[in-house]
Amino acid sequence: MGNYLWNKLFLNWKGIKTYLIMKRLLIISNSIFAFGVFAALMLSGCRSGVKDGKKDADTLKVTGANASVYEDIRQAEKIFYTLPSPLESAMLIKSAGALFDDNLLNPIDNSRNYNTNRSMALNLGIYTTDLSFASLYDQTQLIINYMNAAKQMADGLGILDAISSEDIDQLEENIHNTEVIMDIVSQTYLNSNSYLEDNGQPAVAAMVLAGGWLEGLYISTQLVDMKDFNGNKLVGRIIDQKLSVDILIDLLSSSKGHPAIDELIGQVGQVKAVFDKITLKTTPVRPEYDQATNTTVLKSEVSADLTPEVFRELSETVAAIRSNLIK
Amino acid sequence: MKNSKTLLLLVVLFLTAGAAANGQCKSFAKKTCLPELGSYTHDGNYHATILSEGEEAELYKTFFSDMEYRMSVCSDENLPAVEFLVLDANRNVLYSSKDNNNSRTWDFRLQSSQQLRIVLKVPSGQNQGVPAQGCVSIMFGFRIKS
Repeated sequence: MGNYLWNKLFLNWKGIKTYLIMKRLLIISNSIFAFGVFAALMLSGCRSGVKDGKKDADTLKVTGANASVYEDIRQAEKIFYTLPSPLESAMLIKSAGALFDDNLLNPIDNSRNYNTNRSMALNLGIYTTDLSFASLYDQTQLIINYMNAAKQMADGLGILDAISSEDIDQLEENIHNTEVIMDIVSQTYLNSNSYLEDNGQPAVAAMVLAGGWLEGLYISTQLVDMKDFNGNKLVGRIIDQKLSVDILIDLLSSSKGHPAIDELIGQVGQVKAVFDKITLKTTPVRPEYDQATNTTVLKSEVSADLTPEVFRELSETVAAIRSNLIK
Repeated sequence: MKNSKTLLLLVVLFLTAGAAANGQCKSFAKKTCLPELGSYTHDGNYHATILSEGEEAELYKTFFSDMEYRMSVCSDENLPAVEFLVLDANRNVLYSSKDNNNSRTWDFRLQSSQQLRIVLKVPSGQNQGVPAQGCVSIMFGFRIKS
């Protein structure tokens, strides 16, 4: 009888102990599942250079012919804000007839100073723009140097397959072939951006884009010959950047709250304040199909009122910000 | 209790698979969209995302008067053909792929530089089941105006 009671008591105790262990395991496993759901929600919610969520309804008037199209355009799930790439910026400079000046490039030696995500991201953009600039002007040794500098920044950010040693070899083998070089530069930029966006690093991606754009604007403004200001093609391309500065602020704002991004928003805001002094007037855009070239021509005329004084202010503002980014 | 854990596990797997699928979008964009640019130089920017039937994406970009452009829009085979619209700053429609035989590319140039808005629409599916989902990518190539 005593044994029976003892066994019953022991079994009950075992049962109670087992129950308590199982209960604790249940709490732990539920916590792990809850954390997993939370992490998955956070991970799937990350989009770089892309703003999720619905936009506010437009308040602009829509003409009758487009009203049905407007009604049909729902609010977007994803929004991309895109800037001129380093390659495009460099091409715009060259097409405006500007000469090359290697004094304007960020010295390679500065790369030793860059050991934070902020400085590496900004200067990945900056060095890629310098590389693009050098590429279009057949600066063979500079091309190699700046590709290596960009690779160093990409490696520091963990983007290990952005610029491989094979890319460097291919670059060296085709050092006099501008088309191949442009392809390589474009591919490495794509690799960097896609890595950052697909790995949930929108703030870092935005800094790369911002660094590249600011460098392009810096180089352009420094290359303008003030004796040849009126009707200067390069000045026209600089005025065009007014159209991109709001896009850049929207891009950066999607990562607001990140200290480096908040600082950049303030800096780009200074550039915008100067651009706001320029008035751009555009006539309505009329698309016309050119059968000979199978291309649509978007026809419109634009006028702008940029004075030399405002230009100098823009140039100095950009130079000061750029100096801060490369130190 | 067991059913709710199974359900939670499925939700976790579903959501993390979505994030991993974004990595596949880069391969898709490079393999499918990039060759459509032909002789135009790709600008190096990356715009690709996962969209479901009935969803939309928008893109804002400045285009310059010195350049000629080609826009290439690609989507996963399991999605219906993506429509794209190009609008100016005043929301006037400048181009519709639907009105142009659901074209996937558009070549254009500008008399003066403009900021344009591109809307990508995945049409809603005909079936009642779970909407199909896949990569949608848009890429831009440029060359100096001839």
